[in-house]
Amino acid sequence: MYETHYHRASSIQDAVKLRQAAGEGKYLSGGMTLIPTMKQRLAAPTDLVDVRQVPEMKGIGVSGRTVRIGAATTHFEVASSAELAAVCPAISGLASHIGDPHVRHMGTIGGSIANNDPAADYPSAMLALDATIITDRREIAAGDFFTGLFETALEDGELVTAITFEAPAKAGYQKFANPASRYAMTGVFVVRRDNGDVRVAVTGAGSNGVFRHKGMEAALSANWSPDALVNVTVDASDLLSDIHADASYRANLVKVMAKRAMAAA
Amino acid sequence: MAKITMTVNGRQVSGQCDDRTLLVHFIRENLGLTGTHVGCDTSQCGACVVHMDGRSMKSCSTLAAQAAGSDITTIEGLAANGELHPVQAAFKANHGLQCGFCTPGMVMTAVDMIRRHSGHLDEATVRAELEGNICRCTGYHNIVKSILAAAAEMGGARVAAE
Ligand SMILES: Cc1cc2nc3c(=O)[nH]c(=O)nc-3n(C[C@H](O)[C@H](O)[C@H](O)COP(=O)(O)OP(=O)(O)OC[C@H]3O[C@@H](n4cnc5c(N)ncnc54)[C@H](O)[C@@H]3O)c2cc1C
Ligand code: FES
Ligand code: FES
Repeated sequence: MYETHYHRASSIQDAVKLRQAAGEGKYLSGGMTLIPTMKQRLAAPTDLVDVRQVPEMKGIGVSGRTVRIGAATTHFEVASSAELAAVCPAISGLASHIGDPHVRHMGTIGGSIANNDPAADYPSAMLALDATIITDRREIAAGDFFTGLFETALEDGELVTAITFEAPAKAGYQKFANPASRYAMTGVFVVRRDNGDVRVAVTGAGSNGVFRHKGMEAALSANWSPDALVNVTVDASDLLSDIHADASYRANLVKVMAKRAMAAA
Repeated sequence: MAKITMTVNGRQVSGQCDDRTLLVHFIRENLGLTGTHVGCDTSQCGACVVHMDGRSMKSCSTLAAQAAGSDITTIEGLAANGELHPVQAAFKANHGLQCGFCTPGMVMTAVDMIRRHSGHLDEATVRAELEGNICRCTGYHNIVKSILAAAAEMGGARVAAE
């Protein structure tokens, strides 16, 4: 690892100030992506601004059906919140299958969405749940937030402080986990609102990162059942091909995971 | 260079290290506690697992500076008064190790797992919970057996105490 300077932020304001003062600085949350990347010398921030212990960025609040999750809340905390499971068990289940127990004890939702790994689990939930990403300076709709592979709408120095969403009537998530890393080789999050609106978000498969599948959304709006997906076609031309799976294999996985997510919803 | 203070195995300790020093190196090199191992450079093997503020974590993927002020337990902190912790005793009794390289991480993982599940574990849960720990020797079978035996004993002891 290259040399770096560590700073611990005590508040949101403090974090933004420390980050502004730093040269090529980066925020550090759970560190479960950033530290391994720095160990491989693939990242070399001059400064690290640790936000893991910022009180305003921690914890889960549920009021009625409105959910707010602080950016520094760990995957373990999301997975084990009874309050959250009562209104949106799909996101609890998603969090409980990220990586392994040790990664879940440190990794955070804010770090995961800011990183926007094309194989990460949370981006699909944010997009399907139509979540709002709250930062130190504005609110961003999930649909505008995830802009490409490891790319987001965040400006330089912008800090994710929380995410919020309305718990839907129905939701389900299933992934085909990479056997070694547990990242999603393909994961699908389905959501149905009381007014009949349906959203289907796919992670792990798109060559431009997480995306909504309009064909599946139309089919499930007409008929909310796994059978409705049988005749939907998934175009492989925009999907990822890598050593784990080629695009046509992923196209099939998208459909299979969507059916399983429906069965779980 | 920064001066870092934390509690390790119940004792307050301080040491000088670079901001980039990993917690595992602080534990092994500054504190001389070499029971915590490094088995990979991809954050996947779990040989480095310790507890921070009561939760298992990978000390190879966290800076010592991040852990400053926290409460750390390493494998050396488990046995009390010269007597093996029930999980250590179960690994011994059930032949849960061969070369022993993964064992400190396995034992720390098992202690955390048993605590989180209040001692109620079955084989499938133990195997799923071992996702972040790799063993190159045992084939896991006796590790799972050891953890189940320890959970039964610790669960039993807890019930008896209640
Ligand atoms: C062995 C292993 C297995 C894993 N398996 C999975 C898996 O199955 N599914 C999955 O989705 N993920 C997986 N991960 C990744 C894990 O979920 C990470 O925790 C997550 O991707 C990043 O969160 P973090 O809090 O650790 O962020 P960090 O590593 O601290 O930061 C990641 C990036 O986000 C930036 N950042 C952090 N917080 C903020 C913020 N609040 N505002 C703005 N920018 C910020 C940082 O500057 C950095 O660029 C795995 C990781 C490991 C090591
Ligand atoms: S040394 Fe920490 S996970 Fe391998
Ligand atoms: S006993 Fe040798 S690696 Fe597990």
